[in-house]
Order: sequence, then structure tokens, then C-alpha cells
Amino acid sequence: MRLLIDNFDVFAGGFWVTFQLCVISAVAALALGTLLAVMRVSPVPPLRMVAAGYVAAFRNLPLTVVFFFTAFGLPALGSNASILKIPGLDLLFRRLGTDLPYFRFAVLALSLYTAAFVCEAFRAGINAVPAGQAEAGRAIGLTFSQNLRLVILPQAWRAAIVPLGSAIIAMIKNSALAGFFGVVGDLAQTADQLTSAEGNPFIPVAIGICIGYLVLTVPLGLLLDRVERGRAAASR
Amino acid sequence: MRIERFIAVAVVGGLGLALAGCDRTRETGSGSSAGGAHEAFPAGSTMARLNKAQKIAIGTKFDQPGFGMKGLSGVPEGFDVEIGKIIAGELGIPVDKIEWVETPSKVREDYIQQGRVDIVVATYTINDKRKERIDFAGPYYQAGQNLMVRSDEKSITGPDSLKDGARKVCTATGSTSGETIKKYIADPASQLVLFDTYDKCRDALKGKQVDAVTTDNVILLGYIARSEGAFKMAGDNFTEEPYGIGLKKGDKAFRAAINDILARSYEDGEWKRAWDATAGKFGARAGTPPAVNRY
Repeated sequence: MRLLIDNFDVFAGGFWVTFQLCVISAVAALALGTLLAVMRVSPVPPLRMVAAGYVAAFRNLPLTVVFFFTAFGLPALGSNASILKIPGLDLLFRRLGTDLPYFRFAVLALSLYTAAFVCEAFRAGINAVPAGQAEAGRAIGLTFSQNLRLVILPQAWRAAIVPLGSAIIAMIKNSALAGFFGVVGDLAQTADQLTSAEGNPFIPVAIGICIGYLVLTVPLGLLLDRVERGRAAASR
Repeated sequence: MRIERFIAVAVVGGLGLALAGCDRTRETGSGSSAGGAHEAFPAGSTMARLNKAQKIAIGTKFDQPGFGMKGLSGVPEGFDVEIGKIIAGELGIPVDKIEWVETPSKVREDYIQQGRVDIVVATYTINDKRKERIDFAGPYYQAGQNLMVRSDEKSITGPDSLKDGARKVCTATGSTSGETIKKYIADPASQLVLFDTYDKCRDALKGKQVDAVTTDNVILLGYIARSEGAFKMAGDNFTEEPYGIGLKKGDKAFRAAINDILARSYEDGEWKRAWDATAGKFGARAGTPPAVNRY
């Protein structure tokens, strides 16, 4: 217990880095995943094929392999993922903008990987909307995008929110890999540092790290439960 | 794992007892591997146990050129490995009965405490924090932390060059080098990278994701020697890292015995031969061996 209090700033620092990584990756994964889902249900065959190929690749590769590609493959190709040095955003999330690219590589790996799951969650939601809805939309002359925006997605969203939440919770847990691909000071790497370099006993450190992750994931899980209950009540 | 090992030791030990009658032939045969005749070890000591079992598990690194490197040959090679062989030889254990166990930095104390290895010879810096959990024989080498940079690098001349906050440095997770270098850098978030192996640091240095790799000079010398002129050292050592041999805490007799073995190897030239055949090839002179610390 004393170890947790003595090293509170270290744990808090680790928590903050993991939190930033998760927020950025979640937003990126949701955006990319939604786009992919729209492509997968679009009437344009090449778009459908690209999105299906993307999902097939990223849903079926181990995340560790994706991390290897971004952390060691991109540098070999001469890229430091500088595209993610988004002006304005790098003021808020300082690590996005530093010369050290490993935080960006981690964001890239996590969001590319999670986007595949987000896409599938959304697609499941879209499929849950009765076909009559889309047909009715078309019958009154809505274009594909109008139909999607005004009729399908608002309903799909409600069916998709729980699986989406699960994908994001999985992503938060997956973010622990980043610490082993050059991101210094995230929660998981903090544990490594406290135990092996500073020689602290493992169990108390592990407990501290667990608390850090639970603080991130449990509220999200509770929120999802509430949403689900609310939805069940609404459909009764 | 432990139980299996215990059984293995018990079985081999039993075998040793059963064959005690034939032991004489072995004594004359294998003693030559170390070149030294060994006195009878006190009953009940670790030395007697290992000698009787005719087996020793030595922890070393498998990825440290010059010290402990396991290549295509399948057996590790390097200065640490040679030191391990000298100790095993003096305990009357032939080289082919040594079990080499990979011990990366972060598992060394655990492996010793759990008895998975009998000794650890793995570029293992003696420090007080580690002495709380294990004991050290030696030191058998005095290294020091340094910085490796690309050969065309002119702006890094030592750790103080990192203070301006612009230069990035890489080292291994769980090493003391990381803790030391943190005192010199302005901001770990934008300057420090940690990987599980130095190989990844070297790749990051080559790929220009970082500007320097820091760890003990002898480790860096190994990488520089194999880099075909791509890397060089930046300045002098800025710490002192005495390498010791890790063993179970409180085993005073074993520690004293290893210290004796080391001291003997300094005198009869075994130590220098081991150095010249391994890490010495990278250009670092053997110098005088450090006096063992019989604390």
C-alpha cells in the first residue's frame, strides 16, 4: 500500500499517458470504422471490396504484428508518422507532436486495428435496421447518403452502441502493448520500470496498474449497461 | 518447473553417489578443462553439491555481443560465458555439463532467488538495491556507462549534450542505464525510448528515430565493432559499473569460493586470456582486473 502512495505520481503519470493514447485512438478508430462501415454497405462495389479487404486484414492479424509494422516497419520505410502531428491537437496532447515518433506509431497501430472491429459493430447495427426502413427511404426519393444519415444510421447507432463500447474497452486493454513498443511511461511500461529497474516487488505494482486500467474501463462498462437498460425500457 | 529441476538435481545427484566408486577416473579426466586441481569442498556447501551433481546452471545474456551471445552455433559465447566456464571448471564441472540459461536484465534476481540458476554472469552491475535480494561475488570487470551515436554525429559529446532537450536517447527497459540517463535529459516524454533489447535501440539509432543509445561501454563497443563504421562512442564513460556474479543471498562460502576462483584467474592469466578471446576483440584493452570485493 505504501508503495502505491509513494509512487502515486508515477502511476498517475502512467495513467495520463494511457488515457491520452486511448482517447486519441478511440476517436480515430470510431471515425475510420464508421467510414469503413459506410463503405461496406455502399452501392459501389470497389468501395465495398476495399472495406471488406481492410476488415479481413486488420481483424485477423494479431495486434502485436500490427505494432511491429508501425513501430519498426514504418521507420524502415523512412516514415515517422509525422502526418499525425496535427496542428492544435499536438498542443493538447503533447506527445503527438514530439520528435519521438513511438507515441504516434502506437496511435496508428491501435486505431487501425480497432477500426476493423468498429466497422463490424456498425455494420451489425446497420443490418439490424429492418430492410423496410431503407426501402421506405428510397421510395420517398432519398439518396443513398440521405437515407444513411437520416434513416439508417440513427437507428443503427442504437443497436451498435454496446458492441462498439466493447470494442473500445478491448482497445483500452490492448493499449498496454504500446509500452513495449517504445512508448515510455504508459501504465504497462510503468509497471516494468518500477519492478525491474527500481527493484520494487511485483504484486503491489501490479495491483496499482490494475487499478489504473479499471478506472478507465469500468466506468465505460457501467455506462454501456445503462445505455442497454435504457434501450430495453424504450423498446418495451 | 522448480519441482522438475529439483527432481533432475536429485536424480543426477543420486547417480553421482552411485557412481562415486568410479569417480577417480573422472577426476583425472575432466580436471584439465580448468587446468587447476581442486581441493575437496566442505561437505554441505554449494560447491560440493554442484561438484557432486556434475551440473551447474549459469545465467547469462544471449544477446550481448562480446559478453554473452548465442549465435548460430547454439552455445553462447563471450567474456561472461568464459568467466562462467572458469568457475565451472574450478568446481570440477566439465564445460559440456553447464546448462546455459538466458537471463535478460529483468529476471536475474528472480531466477537466482527461485534457484533456477546457480550463478548469474550477465553484465550484472553490483549495486545496493540488488544486494537486498541476492549476493555478488566479484567484481570481475569494471565497465562504465557511455553513449553510442552515428558516426557523422558531432553535436553529442557526452551526457550533458542531452540537457538541451532536443536529442533523443534509447536504452533497455529495466536497466540501470535508463535511471542514470534520466538525470541528464530534460523531458523523458520527448527524449527517452525504452526497448526490451539493445538490438531495437540500435535499429532506432540507424533509422534516426533516436540520436544516441546509452548503456555500458563494453556493450556499445560490441555494437560499434559490428556496425562497419556506422556508429561511434561519444566521449568518456560517465559512470562506474562493476560487473559481479550473482548468487543466492547469504551463501557466504560459495561467494568466497567464487572470489577465490576469480582472484586465481587474475593471477594465472586465465582472466586476460578470456578477455582477449572475446570482448577484447572489439578494441577495449583488458587493463588490470578489478580487485574482488569480499564484503
